[in-house]
Amino acid sequence: MQAFLEARKLTVAIGGKLICRELDMMIRPGECWGVLGQNGVGKTTFLRTLAGLHTPQAGMVSWNGVALAAHARRSLAQNIGVLLQNEGGEFWGSVQEYVLLGRFPHRTALFGCNVQDEALVPQALAQMELEGLAHQPYNTLSGGERQRAAIAQALAQQAQCYLLDEPLQHLDLRHQAQTMQVFSQLKEQGCALMVVLHDTLWVQRCCDHVLLLFADGHALHGAAHELLTRAHLEALYQCPLRELFVEGERWFVAGV
Amino acid sequence: MLLCTVPLSLGFGLMNGSLPLTPIEVWYALLGNNEDTATEVLWQLRLPRVLAAFVCGGLLALSGALLQALLRNPLADPYILGISGGAAVGALAAMLLGAGLATTQLSSFTGALLAIVAVFGLGFRHGERNIYRLLLTGVVLSAGCGALISLLLILAQGEQVKGMLFWLMGDLSYSQGLPFAWFVLLAVGLCATMLSGGLDVLAGGLDKAAVLGVAVGRWQAGLYFAAAVLTVTALQLGGSIGFVGLMIPHAIRLLGVSAHRWLIPSSTLLGGSFLVLADTLARMVWSPLQLPVGIFTALLGVPVLLWLLSRRS
Repeated sequence: MQAFLEARKLTVAIGGKLICRELDMMIRPGECWGVLGQNGVGKTTFLRTLAGLHTPQAGMVSWNGVALAAHARRSLAQNIGVLLQNEGGEFWGSVQEYVLLGRFPHRTALFGCNVQDEALVPQALAQMELEGLAHQPYNTLSGGERQRAAIAQALAQQAQCYLLDEPLQHLDLRHQAQTMQVFSQLKEQGCALMVVLHDTLWVQRCCDHVLLLFADGHALHGAAHELLTRAHLEALYQCPLRELFVEGERWFVAGV
Repeated sequence: MLLCTVPLSLGFGLMNGSLPLTPIEVWYALLGNNEDTATEVLWQLRLPRVLAAFVCGGLLALSGALLQALLRNPLADPYILGISGGAAVGALAAMLLGAGLATTQLSSFTGALLAIVAVFGLGFRHGERNIYRLLLTGVVLSAGCGALISLLLILAQGEQVKGMLFWLMGDLSYSQGLPFAWFVLLAVGLCATMLSGGLDVLAGGLDKAAVLGVAVGRWQAGLYFAAAVLTVTALQLGGSIGFVGLMIPHAIRLLGVSAHRWLIPSSTLLGGSFLVLADTLARMVWSPLQLPVGIFTALLGVPVLLWLLSRRS
């Protein structure tokens, strides 16, 4: 099967810090990848490299077999949805208008939006339980609500591949579960996902592949059930872990 | 409501001045059926002046809205990037040397152009587009121009100082190039409205804009040059008129309009109407003496913006 995203001999570094060296990997339709690593190891930079926002030191990233740099930004945005950890901007409009921005790459109308674009917004809002906040000013939302709005915006983008940087940050337990369920549905529909997570339980439940980024710049990737072991995770987080089994699920608990 | 401000302000501007006219007199004079004093005053003096004020206000407000989107900074106004500083140094230097109106205009245009090239060259060096360096370069250049303006004012004598102060505070008495200014306003306003979706996305952050398909570098360069052209055109019309570019987009946002497809045309129309009102008052208050319009943009704008801010909070 043709890979959506492919990294070839990819070396990524930022500020002199090596994140990965000569990494080869492919993300295919219907796959969900979890990215794990310590704080500051470079997960966000790695994801930004796959999104074409950070230039790799060596090697290349391609979309559908063609180098990212050869694609127009608009064409990439029609296919790759990116949830940023920190957007670094302000938005003065309503939640509904914010989510509608997700349709920007698909716009064909000279002024404003198509009716079809606007029709997709309620659906995205409903998926993230934001219908009641549709007309509320975006800048009055709480951190968790903003995070759900950002995910709704990415959903409205209707991409084939999603790169999601810590989508569960600020979310309460119910919305964490609901969000991961939405991602599982996307995967079943044939979308490819790469999700930066800190909770190994969600990685085990939802991801079929993992990428482990170690502090010394080496990376491991492969099937989740093979790599999510106590030994690998202890080496990854550089701390002792306990492995607990609760109702058939494996939990890793740190420090005791 | 905003659409109503346009005919009201234009009507107010046409009716008032040294020779007050009633709405009926304005109407007949506009039709041009009689060859009386009212018709002559309206067609020769008042209509060009009102149209110059409207287009100048529209240019400044539109430039402010674009720069606030480019710099993602609510304090951005058409003069933040040193363009007016360069133009002012050019204009005042020409005045000091006793140049005429045309030479002064050319000199201010050259000064503005040099400032644009300097800020863009240093701010967007080597194709690396750093918006904070652009902003800082503009602020530093403005400070340098401020020092030169002070020096030129000190060196100037008597009547020269008055002319310089009028230029610095804005004066629409000698507006030239009105058709070109209208062309610039309509062309940039139409393009900006058509591309307003990209401005909304850009306001949300540069990475956000990039992942939503905006070619950020090209947009930034385009916005900078569009705002520069608007500002230079406004400076050529009325000198350095303050407050319009900063206040009008904010006032529109405080009225609840935030999407750029409405913000751009609303700012343009309200900016034009506001400057017509301010200029009419500048002509009326000490008539026949005319005051710099910049005094009235601030005197009118400050209380209105403060009221809107308190109402919003």
